[in-house]
Amino acid sequence: MMSFLNHLIRGISLGSVYAIIALGYTMVYGIAKMLNFAHGDVIMVGSFAIYWGVSMQGLPPVLAILLSIVLCTVMGITIEFIAYRPLRQSASSLVVLITAIGVSYFLQNLALLIFGANTKTFTSMIPLETLRFAGGDISISGEAIVTMLCCLIIMTGLTLFIRKTKPGQAMLAVSEDKGAAQLMGINVNGTISLTFAIGSGLAAIAGLLLCSAYPALTPYTGSMPGIKAFVAAVFGGIGSIPGALIGGVVLGIIETLGKAYISSQMADVIVFIVLIIVLLVKPTGLLGRKLQEKV
Amino acid sequence: MALLEVTNLSISFGGLRAVEDFSVSIEKGQLYGLIGPNGAGKTTVFNLLTGVYKPDEGLIHLEGKNITNLRTIDINKEGIARTFQNIRLFKNLTVLDNVKAGLHNRYHYSAIEGILRLPRFHKTEKIMNEKAYELLKVFELEGEADYLAANLPYGKQRKLEIARALATGPRLLLLDEPAAGMNPNETKELMDTIRFVRKEFDMTILLIEHDMKLVAGICEELTVLNFGKILTSGETSEVLNDSRVITAYLGE
Amino acid sequence: MKSKITKGKDNLITYGIVLISYVIAQILISAGQMSYLLQGLLVPICVSVILAVSLNLTVGILGELSLGHAGFMCLGAYFGAIFTHCMKDIITFSPLRFFLALLIGAVVAGFFGFLIGMPVLRLRGDYLAIVTLAFGEIIKNVANALYLGIDRNGLHISLKDSLSLNLEEDGTVIIKGAQGIISTPRDANFTIGVILILITLFIIMNLVKSRDGRAIMAIRDNRIAAESIGINITKYKLMAFSLSAALAGIAGVLYSHNISSLVATTNTFGYNMSILILVYVVLGGIGNIRGSIIAAAILTLLPEVLRFLDEQRMLIYAIVLIAMMLFRWSPQIIAWREQHSLKNLLQKFKKTTSKKEVR
Repeated sequence: MMSFLNHLIRGISLGSVYAIIALGYTMVYGIAKMLNFAHGDVIMVGSFAIYWGVSMQGLPPVLAILLSIVLCTVMGITIEFIAYRPLRQSASSLVVLITAIGVSYFLQNLALLIFGANTKTFTSMIPLETLRFAGGDISISGEAIVTMLCCLIIMTGLTLFIRKTKPGQAMLAVSEDKGAAQLMGINVNGTISLTFAIGSGLAAIAGLLLCSAYPALTPYTGSMPGIKAFVAAVFGGIGSIPGALIGGVVLGIIETLGKAYISSQMADVIVFIVLIIVLLVKPTGLLGRKLQEKV
Repeated sequence: MALLEVTNLSISFGGLRAVEDFSVSIEKGQLYGLIGPNGAGKTTVFNLLTGVYKPDEGLIHLEGKNITNLRTIDINKEGIARTFQNIRLFKNLTVLDNVKAGLHNRYHYSAIEGILRLPRFHKTEKIMNEKAYELLKVFELEGEADYLAANLPYGKQRKLEIARALATGPRLLLLDEPAAGMNPNETKELMDTIRFVRKEFDMTILLIEHDMKLVAGICEELTVLNFGKILTSGETSEVLNDSRVITAYLGE
Repeated sequence: MKSKITKGKDNLITYGIVLISYVIAQILISAGQMSYLLQGLLVPICVSVILAVSLNLTVGILGELSLGHAGFMCLGAYFGAIFTHCMKDIITFSPLRFFLALLIGAVVAGFFGFLIGMPVLRLRGDYLAIVTLAFGEIIKNVANALYLGIDRNGLHISLKDSLSLNLEEDGTVIIKGAQGIISTPRDANFTIGVILILITLFIIMNLVKSRDGRAIMAIRDNRIAAESIGINITKYKLMAFSLSAALAGIAGVLYSHNISSLVATTNTFGYNMSILILVYVVLGGIGNIRGSIIAAAILTLLPEVLRFLDEQRMLIYAIVLIAMMLFRWSPQIIAWREQHSLKNLLQKFKKTTSKKEVR
């Protein structure tokens, strides 16, 4: 029972990271109507930035983290501007998707070229002691506490931002109807850039949390969590912020329990089977809205 | 018995009643018009008739057969074909292949016969080509048979869409604003084509239109939709002189 | 896909290119003018070409994106090799044995294509990309973890190690986990590879110009219109997708019967390989079969010729992928291209010269 609780806590913590990553997918999907395949790799870039700052340059962690967030934000805007914006008007979703895959592949191989294929050990950025309860039978690592806290803060902050601020309302408007939003005087391109900026900044935080808990860093670190976070976004209902939270946490729990009780090799397989079942039973996800193609 | 018998059709989207209590009865061989201001629910009626949307209430009968909840492809097999307001051609196929795609369910051979180029492939393709050319000739498109559909001028794209719909061998043809975006000359030509199609193929046609001239010129009966409900219906001249219709169109 | 209409003659040119390349290669070999290194690349080129052409069926003809093509190839490679190992002593006539292995590889890969496609092809295209990617990774992971042996009692499977297979004394281990399958009989050769290319081309090019191919392309161009004329969307999507998977399976069998040690890494059957096949298709032109052949052949040869670029190669592929997409589909770039196209420049040139003549 105690070990089950421990696994559960680890699952929620991992799920919180997925939820933060899933936010990036879900916002971009909701607003630009595209699957930003490179989102997972932005996480990897963010983690490498911290690794470079702290372990290679000896910068103070806070500075390195800030640097990583700025870098990812700028990168998100740049990627959107160079690769996605020119295709937004005319190209089919197939073309945009292939471009996004190209960007993802580019980031991975750029990191490979700069840092090599060897696994780097990421030093945890979270100086918090492990908490123990019930005579030490239940333990919550400092990383897990910070991760869950971060996730809650981000979710609340983002929800407030979208509900209460002008740029947030503009995002909602663009996601409803790009043309109409433009006519209402909303800067559509600017709003989409902002979405990419927020999503990528969050990816940097997700990278920090992910690599603090699982310190092995390679150029491919971001791709699997990225895909799983997309699964989480689909599970919760793409375009929905609470959906990303629920999907992420459920997926994290499934994965952790699967690893603990079934087989560590089959845990990923289980996650993907969940995806296929969700797509079969409820393609719009738990909280998603039905998108009807206009005829 | 009427060819198309629609009774009390309703559908709502998220609380909005897009079409409410829609009924119509169309006799075989009739040319029937469905008119109404923008957003009145005309295209939604077409989408209901062709199974793109499933109605919340109401029944659709085609020659006595209930087709209410059939899938789009089965409704086409039952004999309803349509065109679209925003033209939907197979842009990267040739004009000829667009029509041959319409013949899909009328001439068969298996994929294996097709890949191995067995005799039935050659025989069937020959017949399909002949049939497709016949249709293209009706719409004076035979000269462009080998063009990509995307490269046709606008007016011809509209015609090709009608040809493709006819290729499926329908009993009822639904035309969604066939004259949209056409100049007066093209519109006149289109009217002639529609009349010709009706005579030549012995076709029953239901058309949505904004162009009052076109409607007055060719439709025998009309139904006017406003805010999803039937405002009035009846013979064309009576309907067009109805003060409520004029108000709906021009405002008070 | 743009504006060219393929006629019967076009297919002949495609077959011709393959045949002439084959003849030239054979002449070079018999004249002793081809290095061993290059000779060793001949079958891999055939594998790449079949993969590229078959993926083009999914991407170019059906208009859906699959990121798990290497996974289907992996299924074919493993199942074909397992069959050959089991039948090594029973069927000694290698062409027959290889033919059966090809059949098994194709059927297994095609069946999995059907299984994956069934739930996913009904949804938006983006989902297919993710699910096929996930599928490819699963196949690769399972292949890496799998132990399989055979003895007089039949096949034994384990996910742990070769000891837990509990084989009898006469038993042999066929798949050794991450070490994969070693010393599969080399039943494949260049001639068989070229024959398989021709068969693949025959199937796809004839399919495209038949009733079923038309239906598939109609769905690609406009799903709603295709439905409105009575075309069964799911049926034709599944047909194209499973056929594409089956052909990838054939490529896999060809691959596994040409190397001494078959292992499942990200570069052989994983994400990287799937992306590489996609690069062939994009570079050759989406929907352009002949382009796929040429791009696949060149990109398989290139790494060997340009050894010094080994590290940068994948980065270059990524840039090529993005650039090709922008170059072909960005409205601004298209407009710029049209302004600066050769034809246009020539016309301008003519205009200025004719003006001079008038003067």
